[in-house]
Amino acid sequence: MNKSVDNLSKIKRSLTRRNRAEARFQWYGRVAIFIGLAAVAVLFIDIIGKGHGAFQATYINLNVSYDQELLGIENLSDPEQLVMGNWDALPKLALREKFTDVSGRRDKRRLYGLLSNGAGFDLKDRLLANPQLLNTTESIWLLADDDIDTYYKSWLDGEAYAARLSDKQVVWIDQLHEQGLIHLQLNSNLFTRGDSREPEQAGIRGAVMGSLLTLVLTLMLSFPIGVSAAIYLEEFAPKNKWTDFIEVNINNLAAVPSIIFGLLGLAIFINFFHVPRSVPIVGGLVLTLMTLPTIIITSRAAIKSVPPSIREAALGMGASKFQMVLHHVLPLALPGMLTGAIIGMAQALGETAPLLMIGMVAFIVDIPGSFTDPATVLPVQIFLWADSPERAFIEKTSAAIMVLLTFLIIMNTSAVWLRKRLERRW
Amino acid sequence: MQATNILILLFGFGALAFYLGRGRSLAIAAPLGGIRKLHSLPSYYGMHTAFWCALPSLILLALWMIFDEPVINSIVIGAAATDIAPSDTASYNLLLNKIGNLADGVLPRAGQSGSLIAAADHMIYLREISRWSLTLLALVFSAAGLFLGLSRIASGFRARPAVEKVMQNLLLACACLAIFTTLGIVLSVLFESIQFFRSVPVTDFVFGLDWSPQTAIREDQVGSSGSFGAVPLFVGTLLVSAVAMVVAVPIGLMSAIYLAEYASKRVRTVAKPALEVLAGIPTVVYGFFAALTVAPFLRDLGSSFGLTVSSESALAAGGVMGVMIIPFISSLADDVITAVPQSMRDGSLAMGATHSETVRRVVIPAALPGIVGGIMLAVSRAIGETMIVVMAAGMAAKLTANPLDSVTTVTVQIVTLLTGDQEFDSPKTLAAFALGLMLFIVTLLLNIFALHIVKKYREQYE
Repeated sequence: MNKSVDNLSKIKRSLTRRNRAEARFQWYGRVAIFIGLAAVAVLFIDIIGKGHGAFQATYINLNVSYDQELLGIENLSDPEQLVMGNWDALPKLALREKFTDVSGRRDKRRLYGLLSNGAGFDLKDRLLANPQLLNTTESIWLLADDDIDTYYKSWLDGEAYAARLSDKQVVWIDQLHEQGLIHLQLNSNLFTRGDSREPEQAGIRGAVMGSLLTLVLTLMLSFPIGVSAAIYLEEFAPKNKWTDFIEVNINNLAAVPSIIFGLLGLAIFINFFHVPRSVPIVGGLVLTLMTLPTIIITSRAAIKSVPPSIREAALGMGASKFQMVLHHVLPLALPGMLTGAIIGMAQALGETAPLLMIGMVAFIVDIPGSFTDPATVLPVQIFLWADSPERAFIEKTSAAIMVLLTFLIIMNTSAVWLRKRLERRW
Repeated sequence: MQATNILILLFGFGALAFYLGRGRSLAIAAPLGGIRKLHSLPSYYGMHTAFWCALPSLILLALWMIFDEPVINSIVIGAAATDIAPSDTASYNLLLNKIGNLADGVLPRAGQSGSLIAAADHMIYLREISRWSLTLLALVFSAAGLFLGLSRIASGFRARPAVEKVMQNLLLACACLAIFTTLGIVLSVLFESIQFFRSVPVTDFVFGLDWSPQTAIREDQVGSSGSFGAVPLFVGTLLVSAVAMVVAVPIGLMSAIYLAEYASKRVRTVAKPALEVLAGIPTVVYGFFAALTVAPFLRDLGSSFGLTVSSESALAAGGVMGVMIIPFISSLADDVITAVPQSMRDGSLAMGATHSETVRRVVIPAALPGIVGGIMLAVSRAIGETMIVVMAAGMAAKLTANPLDSVTTVTVQIVTLLTGDQEFDSPKTLAAFALGLMLFIVTLLLNIFALHIVKKYREQYE
């Protein structure tokens, strides 16, 4: 009697301990999930916090007179004169007229530093588009230098970062601000220009086009090849050692580090086949090899999910094996295959390391227009900008990351949507 | 004519052949009493003819494009005047480049020696001949194929099996591309590595403690030899991967357990995809995050405790890499945990064990092989991860086990050695391939072993 009471109280005491352990264990799980989700949140907040500013740029309003003599140009349609034209003189003169009390070489240089050094070329483009402006004066918003841009934005936010500015420049910006002659406006350069050493003139258009060209080639190659391989392995392959060997190879390739594919591209495509460096063709080839395993594996899963009864019905009606596959299995498996292709493309879009090996890391200003133009891609552009010492590039990098993530989110949600919408349950 | 033009032309011919073949089969069938007198459908006759017309020329085109340039180059060099004849491989390549640039008009002809210009002209001439003969041969091949294909069409001709046989072989070729890729990887890294090991002994590379891969510009400069001891890189890689695993394994495993065993369906449907977002973020974004946010944060945190944390610490790179790997571990562990049969849980619960005791003493031991396999796959990812370490870890090869210090990894060195313009056969570039070989071997072994474990375990409960 005594013993069982003793046991019971022992059990009761141990039970509270065990229940506490249970609660603790559950909390470990919750904390783990919380940390994971917090990491997602911190990452996104950090990137957006750093990058949102880049969608606006600082512009300064000046009265520019397109003086023919200052430019040294007589005929606007003569390309030689246009090249020789003293375009930088236009914004410089406008600045000197605005701040008439500035004298001395150093101060003048600082004054000219207010504007981007591409301002003259912007004015040239404007004048060429509107030739009637020659010898007239107009008030125009001109792109400010990146240091001015950084300072003005941080100053508007309340914590001015003036480390790279002289005191005089700060005073000038204050004056401009009081007169309403400096403001932020939509940064269209970001989306319309290629790379540049000057942060305020750098844009992602070139990188986006490069990514697009590379991805188109990757999709054109990897989707047909991947689907063909999947069809062969699921429907035609005999069960033998050779087929097993192919399967082991595919599974291993899916787990090979991506940088190894870069080495492959460098040694085989560039050194052996003499494909030119830095062009979308070689990038597309390397990414094709890299995404093939993903596409083959998902396509096989999609083919597997088509029930055998469909195959048997087709064969029973007298279709050949190929007719059965092409007319019945493939259309039913296509949504699953497309989902796999989109996921593979998303993977290829975010890939950087193998492209560094094959020279797509070059500094390219021109916007690529074909598969054989030197190009870079969006992730590599991010890598290049992240390495740049200028503070203004941090903002640009974050903005480029936001664009990249937007593309990836669109691709992945469309894959999920496609699967939900088109996939049939049997 | 350019190769792309020939390609387009061949596709046009193929389409034409399809129509001709189909038309011919219909014409043959009409007097016999309609297409039911044919063995196959008319379109199969068309396809058969198209294959005959296009495939031989396509194969010719591919072979031509592979062998065209090397053959022309060797002829040009062989016929070159003796005063420019190359003495070794390096000068051979240089000469070839020069002649090629002259022939392309990239290099101005003025001021070049007469024999060089003669060689360039010879190259232009050969290229022209090659181009025209290719065009001619391709046209002859496809015309001959077209007539052969058309002549074979008859009412009893079994076109469908013939077409399907060709198509099946094409599918097989696509499937074999995976093998060729693996082969290509092995050959490319092995070939260059063997060249590298000729100048640097294998033992020096694998066991050497000093890594400074500069090569000499002058013979007599300081440190001209360059030393290729890869141990500091291996240690650095292991250190960063270990930090990543310390972050990823507990968090990934606990969230998998919670999601599989405790979470309500609603929490599961929200939390699981939200965690998977981490897996979809490009590594270059993690690298940026590690280098610009995490590393400065850790440095400031460290200095407030009086610790000196390097601004390129292994901790920052490894920690962020760990975050990247969390969803990888959690989804793999989730799969194996849900694969453990419910009867095992029921048995444990019926004996009076609490839920957590069941998980710890029954479910986890049962799922352990699968979990270990998943962790090994994750380790292989961590070792091969490139962008995070390139952006957030250091360049200097240090032999240290201190995660607050900066280390460099195998992948960082591959990238550093191969970006930029080096000569292809300098030991510096070749060292990158030797490192790639090491990386490939290690990750391959890890993957094969892990996939084997996971597969075996899956069969156990099925």
